[in-house]
Amino acid sequence: MDPISKFLTDYKIPIGPWGKAFFGFLTDNFDTVFRAFSNGLNFILDGAVDLLLMVPPVLLALVVAGIAWLLQRSRPLAIGVFIGLIFIINQNLWKQTVQTLVLVVAAAAMAMAIGVPLGIWAAHKPKVYRVMLPVLDLMQTLPTFVYLIPVLTLFGLGNAPGLIVTIIFVIPTAVRLTHLGVVSVPKAIIEAGEAFGATKRQLLWKVELPSALPTIMAGLTQSIMLSLSMVVFAALIGAGGLGTEINRALGSRRIDLGLEAGLAIVVLAIVLDRMTRIGVGGKK
Amino acid sequence: MTVAVDFKNVDIVFGADQAGSLAMIDKGATRAEILEKTGNVLGCAGASLTVHEGEISVLMGLSGSGKSTLLRAVNRLNVVSRGQVLVRDGDRTVDVVTCDEATLRRLRQKQVAMVFQQFGLLPWRTVEENVGFGLELAGVPEAERKARVQKQLQLVHLDQWSKKYAHELSGGMQQRVGLARAFATEAPILLMDEPFSALDPLIRTKLQDELLQLQAELKKTIIFVSHDLEEALKIGSHITIMEGGRIVQTGAPEDIVLRPANGYVRDFIANVNPLSVLTAWNVMRDRRDLEHGENGWVWLDRRKTTRFKIDEHGLVAAAERDGKPAVWVSCADVERRPEEGAQVFWANPGTSLKTVMLAMHRSQTAPVALFDEGSRFVGAIGIRDVLSAVLRR
Repeated sequence: MDPISKFLTDYKIPIGPWGKAFFGFLTDNFDTVFRAFSNGLNFILDGAVDLLLMVPPVLLALVVAGIAWLLQRSRPLAIGVFIGLIFIINQNLWKQTVQTLVLVVAAAAMAMAIGVPLGIWAAHKPKVYRVMLPVLDLMQTLPTFVYLIPVLTLFGLGNAPGLIVTIIFVIPTAVRLTHLGVVSVPKAIIEAGEAFGATKRQLLWKVELPSALPTIMAGLTQSIMLSLSMVVFAALIGAGGLGTEINRALGSRRIDLGLEAGLAIVVLAIVLDRMTRIGVGGKK
Repeated sequence: MTVAVDFKNVDIVFGADQAGSLAMIDKGATRAEILEKTGNVLGCAGASLTVHEGEISVLMGLSGSGKSTLLRAVNRLNVVSRGQVLVRDGDRTVDVVTCDEATLRRLRQKQVAMVFQQFGLLPWRTVEENVGFGLELAGVPEAERKARVQKQLQLVHLDQWSKKYAHELSGGMQQRVGLARAFATEAPILLMDEPFSALDPLIRTKLQDELLQLQAELKKTIIFVSHDLEEALKIGSHITIMEGGRIVQTGAPEDIVLRPANGYVRDFIANVNPLSVLTAWNVMRDRRDLEHGENGWVWLDRRKTTRFKIDEHGLVAAAERDGKPAVWVSCADVERRPEEGAQVFWANPGTSLKTVMLAMHRSQTAPVALFDEGSRFVGAIGIRDVLSAVLRR
């Protein structure tokens, strides 16, 4: 090894040990807090899954198709949604699909609930956005396995940690698209709002958000899709559902099982995507 | 006359180094010098202008002359660096530059409305929702809002379109929505930032006419930004010409055309047809400047072809053309008078120069006399007066 490299490695910055110490500190001191949070979250998620599974599958499929019709007013879409869900029931993957659905919807909803206000804040304060940007990059590019480990140590196994890693991965998209939507509001209509005496709040609710709505809704669709892509990783730390099936198929090299669960995810993705495309193809 | 908006020594600078730029303005630096030295952009400098109630005051200039910048100081869309902008608010005046946020909001909601070049309509709202936007912001209850919106839509002939979305309308119609939105707040002061520039010429002329009609009825105070001098001359009761952020000349339309303050204004008006602006009053020679003969006779022209005998009441007692008695006829009848015998046309001070010229043409270049409302002789226009006014020499 050349002397410069040797010198550099001799003085390695202990980032790994620091991180370990930090999470060690958290688990040593706040373990009960994290566990209580995790248990509470698990209880809610499992409760939601159990509740949905009490409904006969075909009836639930009909209800989802009905919601699709309400959202988009499209008969072909409602029929398509119903057929897709019947296919999943036919593949005997209904229980896993409902588990995945709950996780995905919860993760996307939470990501939007956190990401949209952050995105608006960043759009109004360019300095905030400059600080936020590297953090968002980190959240999106840090390999998922890396933060699976600390999440696992803090929250244990189950649906709750699965939900948390999914949210971490999805929030940046919600923030970015909200930010994009709000900064792209035409200056002319912001000035129109100001010229007629809008307060900051009126400007936000009556001008900026309606104008940014299509982009924010695209953020929702993207959040759902990204949450679905996290299903397999979440399953690694104990979140149930279709991801578990795929991991099992991988472990035992079962092509048939993998194909079935994989197709179920695709069907779920298409159904959710088409249902949430508000303001993109529909009325303005 | 009550003052509606009063700009007092308004300087507007965009950029960080406000103090440095203001110091340079005081030394009379140009926009380019300020930009080079401080990196700031001079919006306008030392602008003083008084706008009275009921006037249409037009700010004119090429793009970048600071006209929009000055206009937008009235509702503080642009922040004034130094100076005062006094806006009438009921019985008192408010300095927009220094007033607090709540006062500013009230002014914007109730006193000063605005019409934008690119319309500034909200595309996800219907026409009626757009027109009611200002009222909604001001917290006007829904029932009252609906009624007022309907009234405005009828005023601009859009009541058939109230449920359409703004983007489904043509440009001219969209700007009518913009006008209705501004009228709906019943604000007495209207700011119009090149409202018709984005429209095609035919629609533009139509909307100008409609605006003038509405104005005759509503009597708002309008500050209107335009880069089109024909438009300014047509609708403005006062015109202010700006160059490089500074006001070059302010005056009535015919003042600008007859007495341009400098070369910039002269270039500006070079392509304007003076016939569309000037009236007989602008070109006449006063009776005291005419050459008087004996027994109350007055020569109307320098060539001494035509003379009037004026009695002690200032009325015309007799007329003579080329030494023969003549009759005097109103210019209003110039189109239908058969040409018989010697006649001299007379006009009122408000008669357009075009009509006067037609009268001269019909009477073999005889001078045209000017009578006031009491038919008293006030002056005359000879062919040379017309030529010098048209050629601006």
